[in-house]
This record gives sequence, structure tokens and C-alpha cells, in this order.
Amino acid sequence: MNFDYTEEQIALQDTLRRFFARDYGFEHRRAMSKSADGFDRAAWATFADFGILALPFPEDFGGLNGNAVDTMLVMEMLGRGLALEPYLPGVVLCGGLLRDAGSTAQKEALLPAIAGGELMLAFAHFGAGGRYALDHVATKATPEGGGWTLDGAKAVVLAAPSADKFIVSAREGLGLSLFLVDAKAPGVSLRSYPTQDGARAADLRLDGVQVSADALIGPAGGALPLIERAVDYANAALCAEAVGIMAALNEVTLEYLKTRKQFGQPIGKFQALQHRMADMVIATEQARSMATLAAVRADSDDAAERSRCIAAAKAYVLQSARLVGQQAVQLHGGMGVTDELNVGHYFKRLTMIGLSFGDVDYHLGRFSDSLLAA
Amino acid sequence: MDLDYSVEESQFRAEVRAFLRDQLPNEIARKVHGGKRLAKDDFVRWQKILHAKGWGASSWPVAHGGTGWSPVQQHIFDEECADAGAPMQLPFGLKMVAPVIMAFGNPAQQARFLPRIVDGSDWWCQGYSEPGSGSDLASLKTRAVRDGDHYVVNGQKTWNTLGQYADWIFCLVRTSSEGRQQEGISFLLIDMKTPGITVRPIIMMDGEHEINEVWFEDVKVPVENRVGEENKGWTYAKFLLGHERTGIAGVGRSKRELKKLKAIACRESSAGRPLIEDARFRDRIAQVEMELMALEITNLRVISAEGEKKRAPGPEASILKIKGSEIQQLLTELQMQALGHYALPWLHESLDPAWSGDPAMPAYEDDAGPLSGHYFNVRKTTIYGGSNEIQKNIISQMILGL
Ligand SMILES: Cc1cc2nc3c(=O)[nH]c(=O)nc-3n(C[C@H](O)[C@H](O)[C@H](O)COP(=O)(O)OP(=O)(O)OC[C@H]3O[C@@H](n4cnc5c(N)ncnc54)[C@H](O)[C@@H]3O)c2cc1C
Repeated sequence: MNFDYTEEQIALQDTLRRFFARDYGFEHRRAMSKSADGFDRAAWATFADFGILALPFPEDFGGLNGNAVDTMLVMEMLGRGLALEPYLPGVVLCGGLLRDAGSTAQKEALLPAIAGGELMLAFAHFGAGGRYALDHVATKATPEGGGWTLDGAKAVVLAAPSADKFIVSAREGLGLSLFLVDAKAPGVSLRSYPTQDGARAADLRLDGVQVSADALIGPAGGALPLIERAVDYANAALCAEAVGIMAALNEVTLEYLKTRKQFGQPIGKFQALQHRMADMVIATEQARSMATLAAVRADSDDAAERSRCIAAAKAYVLQSARLVGQQAVQLHGGMGVTDELNVGHYFKRLTMIGLSFGDVDYHLGRFSDSLLAA
Repeated sequence: MDLDYSVEESQFRAEVRAFLRDQLPNEIARKVHGGKRLAKDDFVRWQKILHAKGWGASSWPVAHGGTGWSPVQQHIFDEECADAGAPMQLPFGLKMVAPVIMAFGNPAQQARFLPRIVDGSDWWCQGYSEPGSGSDLASLKTRAVRDGDHYVVNGQKTWNTLGQYADWIFCLVRTSSEGRQQEGISFLLIDMKTPGITVRPIIMMDGEHEINEVWFEDVKVPVENRVGEENKGWTYAKFLLGHERTGIAGVGRSKRELKKLKAIACRESSAGRPLIEDARFRDRIAQVEMELMALEITNLRVISAEGEKKRAPGPEASILKIKGSEIQQLLTELQMQALGHYALPWLHESLDPAWSGDPAMPAYEDDAGPLSGHYFNVRKTTIYGGSNEIQKNIISQMILGL
């Protein structure tokens, strides 16, 4: 058993921490959130320089051969820094799917471009009526002239407005398939909007979109296990991001308890608030443990064990995140509900994590159902 | 023991319901049900309609132009108004400053201010909190220095709800720094048009302008605008707090939001089936409904005791405030959760009454856009009106003697 990060991992963590402290302050983030892209392209280029866009890919394709623990470390720092950049959809999800299921030609063409920051991808999977169920896909793929025609609609595709390409799931007969679709392809249309956290997403329509045979990622009709694995991976990453945010919220809240005075003393002298703060720290430590478990199991080839642990981790982390987020706002009093303070923005991002790729009930249900199988 | 309304009370409910059906403007009710932004004019227009019926002030005695209703009648009225989608009658004039003016103001003040509150002419806001004085209100620093027949006021108030629309502000100001903090505070009524007042918006995390900072720089306030005696303002403020808590449970509004939650859960689907059939989510609705059932009866117990003049609204009102605010927060949280992915878009424009969905997004119902903003907005309810921590201090000290 070993809970330590390697020297390399610690160095990466420090690099990211310094970057966010120095070059990505809260007001900068606010300005970027209001820009057309809703994130900072210069920061994305810096991420490429740091190597984090290459992290999860094999060395043969310009990657750094990192594992899920490396991804966890990065996500925790992105959480702390309240990064708007679409690392999760582009690198973790789409990059992960290509790494795990792409053909050699696809990997050669795409992974180095992702790693270099030149290519941005978004994962267009969920649609109306399915809620978080991964196998509920209404978008249709019809074989045509050696390729396929795609028709359907996708809801709330994270980072879609900045994506050069989408990975689109579609139903063909009884199974699901994944396709690489160019954002500019005829028949693709977007309705873009900001999301709760100040980043961007879009609803996507696919009207008779033609894709060729080499657009297929993985086996035709056999994509569900790939999707499940990629979404597990994304959820493990979101657990880490949430832990980073919770740690940051605890720090600012603790500082506030020490400095805000009422009744002639710092409010941190009130025992009711001391206990509340202690509960927040306990919840964060427990969440960190679950996020660690999720990261370690994310690379596991035992799909059942991987899913079971990540479901438990996400459900648990979301419960902790709810407590920490809500109480951080509460303990800041009126200041906590303002747009001016970073607390509300951390809280909004945490809330959004709670509604992305499965909410607390969805993951609790998955974990609970796994007890029947045992 | 009898938990049913009397025949007269039921008849009264029917009368209120009929009135609302005939008189509540449709476009206003639609905004309320859809969670849209209300304009100043919506509030004022509704107040004027109520006033024309003689129902402008449901909690006031007849002598001052109120209805003279019993607390149970007021509760029925609130519940029916909320269900019909009437805008909330803002408490600052009707429920906060008016009772103070009635109890401690002189006849000239009563004649000048009360009729203009009930008929919707004057919009009032509350100037208590300051940057350094929130929970510890008695430490407030805004100074009023007597200069002949005026006070000269300097200082800053904050978190002022809807002060951007206000004609008048009632303020607690420091008129003495001798003795205990509580003994140097006076209660002033200040015309917002007086030179030296600056109102600056504070944007909340839902992106809305609902609160303000109010700055006072050498603001001249006639001494005749002081309510009661100099340095006795704290007593009046405490009296007001008791009044503020009637109706604070918000049972009517929460019942309306519970209905809406159920409607969303029936409409949204989960893996192809209505979300309401998902026992895990349905249990969450059941849990909050049980809380609300209990609160409704607790509320009726408190207000019935008040009506029988057994006692004034006392520390047990803190229970209503705590539970009422928690339920309100939980309901918005569940409404948002019910929407799933569709709660993620930040469709700020959807608060605009003119926005009615987007043809490019057929899956979004009209009310989906505002819901996540509401969740962020109502975090305020456990903070304002005496935070829930302060309410628990009141319960432990005043009820439990700890
Ligand atoms: C949306 C909104 C609208 C408002 N509208 C108005 C208005 O119109 N007019 C007006 O005058 N004011 C208004 N307020 C102000 C409100 O009354 C104050 O925010 C509230 O009293 C808390 O004060 P504070 O914000 O300074 O927080 P603080 O008093 O600094 O409290 C910070 C935290 O410490 C806790 N705390 C403080 N003291 C204790 C203690 N002794 N024991 C345990 N915990 C404690 C609090 O509960 C809170 O969690 C509004 C506030 C909000 C958020």
C-alpha cells in the first residue's frame, strides 16, 4: 500500500498550482467566462506545454503514458483553479475513447493533435428521455454507400461550441456505434449557450449527416462497453475535480471564519460554526478517499469492479460536495450569495458536477444494484 | 382537537379563490408560475387590485385600513394567493415598517405613511444590515447627528432588497455611543430621493439584481421622521422581528412549488419511463412533502395560539423560519435535480417573461430555464431575516434557557 504521489506527480501538481495562482486569477477567469469561447485559449496552449493534454495517451502517439491517478491529480488542480477549459470532454472523455478504441490511423491522426492543443473534441451522447442511462440512444445511424447517415438530437453537449469534431453515439439496429463527426459537416447544427459554471455547451442536431467508413470508432454496434468505460473514467475525474473544489472552499471558508467578526469576535469562535467546519473537512477527507479509489479502479480491466467502485465514489463524493458547497455559502452569510465572491462560483461548478454524467441517485442506484449481484 | 377548518373559514377560502379567479391578471400569474422575473409594476399593480377590494393589508387592523382578519384567515389568504400565482406582497412596507408605525409612530406619521403603503403608492425597503453588522445588528455604525430640526445621516447599509425601486427606506441608525450598543439606536424613515443617498447594485450568484448597497452622505432627515423616542430604536426593531415571522413559514408558496416539482417529475423521463416512477427520486419528494405537512400544522398551531391571544409570536416562530427556509431550498434543489442535464444550461434570458422556450431546443419546457437560477437564489433564505444559526441560538436561549 502506498498513498504517495511520485516526484514527477508532485512536480506537475506544483506547476499547475503556480499557474492558477499566478496566471489564472478569479477576475481573469470571470473575463474568460464572458468571452466568446467561454474559456482561455492561451491557457489551453499552456496546458499543452505542461504536457497535461498529452498525459493519458500512449507514447507512440505523442502521449506521456499517464494513468488515471495522473488524471486525478490534474483534475483536482483544475477544480481548485476553477478552470473553464474543456479538459474533461476533450482529453479525458474523447481522448480516452480514441486511446481505448480508435484505430491506429485514427490515433495517429488525432491524439498528437489533441496533445498539442490544436484539436478540440466533444462527446455527443445523451439525448432526450434517457436521463443518465448510457444505453438510451435515439440518434440513428443508417448504413449508406459504405458509410453511414446520422439523424437525431443530442442534449447539453459540453464544450460543443469550441469543438472541431464530435464523437457521436448512434443506434444501428440493436447496438450502439461511435462516429467521429466534423463540426462543420453538412447537417450538423448547434444551439449554444453558457452552462451554470460559466463554460459553454450546446444542443446538437444531426440531420442526414454523412460519415464515411473510417469515421467509425470501435466495433459497429458494440460501443456500449466503450461508452461505459469512458463515462466511468469521466466520473472518476469529476470526483477528483470536486475534491479540489471542496478543498478550496474549505480554505476560503476557514479563512473567513477567522477574519469575519460579529459580536466582537471572529465568527469561528462560535462552536456551532466550528462543528460545521469540522463536518465540512471530514466530508472532504472522506470524499478524497473515495476519489482515490475511483482513480485507481478507473484503469481496471474488471468492468464490474470498476463500475461498482466508481458508482460508489461518485454518489459519495456528490453527497459530500452538496454539504461543503451549501455550507460554504451559508457560512459566508450575505457575501456567500454574491456574484462577486468566488465562493458562489465554486458552488455552481460543484452543483453542475452533481448533474453531469449521473446524479447522486443514479450512482447510488448503480452501487445499490451491485449489491444484488454480489 | 380538530384539524379541520370551520364552515366560515371554508366559505372564506371560496370567496378568496373566486376573487383571485376574477381579479388576478393572467400575465402576472403566468410569470409567477413560470418562475419569471417580476417587474416593479407587477407588484404595484397587484397591490392596487387588492386595495380596491379592501384586501390591501391582510395583517392590519381595520382602524388602519386593514382587513382585520384572524391569523387563520390570513393564512388561508396567503395559501390561496400563492396557489393562484399571485406575486408575493413584499413585507417591507406592509409587515415590517407599518406595525412599527402603528405601535410607536405618532398620529401624523400614521396618517402620512400608512394609507400610501396599503394603496401601493409607496415602495419601502429595509435598511438594517451594514457591512460590519449582519447577525450582530446592534453593532451598527451608520450615524445620525442631530442638527436643529434635522438629523444628518452618514454611513452605509447593505443587502438592501429591491431598494432600487424604493421611495422610502426605514433605517436603524446610531444616535448615541454611550452605554450599551442597543441603547444608542434610533428608527428613522428616510425619503430615498433625499440628496446624498446613493444606491449601488449587488449582483447575486444567479446573475440577478435583487439587492443593493445604500450609501448615505450628509443626508438630511427631518426629526419628524423619527419613529418613537430617540435611542429606543432597538426596542422597535425587536418588536418588528416578531411580526416579520408571521407568514415566514411560506407554506402556501412551498405547496405551490411542491405541485410544480411533481409536475416536472411526471413530465421528465428516466430511461424511457416517467421520473416519478423512480422510487429513489419519488422518496425524495415524499420526504419533503412530509416536512411540509408537519410545517403546515406547526404553523397553524403557532398562529392559532396567536389568534386566541394566548401569546404574541415568540421564539417558536424561529422554528417556522428554519423549517420554512429549508423546505423552500429543498424544493428548488429537487426541481433542478428532476431536470437532469436540462438544468445545466444557464439560460439567463429565460427569466424574461417574453421568453417562452427556444424552437431550437424543443426538449426544454418553458419553466426549465429559470429553475437552476432559483436554486442558487434561494440559498439566501437560510441567511436573511436572522440566519438559521441565529434562529437556533434564539431557540436554545429563549425557549430552552441554555
Ligand atoms: C438576499 C438577501 C437579502 C437581504 N435583504 C436585506 C434587507 O432588505 N435589509 C436588510 O437590512 N438586510 C437584508 N439582508 C441581510 C441579512 O439580514 C444578513 O445577511 C444576515 O443578517 C446575516 O448577516 P451577514 O450577512 O453579515 O453574515 P454574518 O452575520 O457575518 O454571518 C456569517 C455566518 O456566521 C453565522 N453566525 C453569525 N453569528 C453567529 C453566532 N453567534 N452563532 C452561530 N453562527 C453565527 C451566520 O449564521 C452566518 O452563517 C439580506 C441578505 C440577503 C442574503
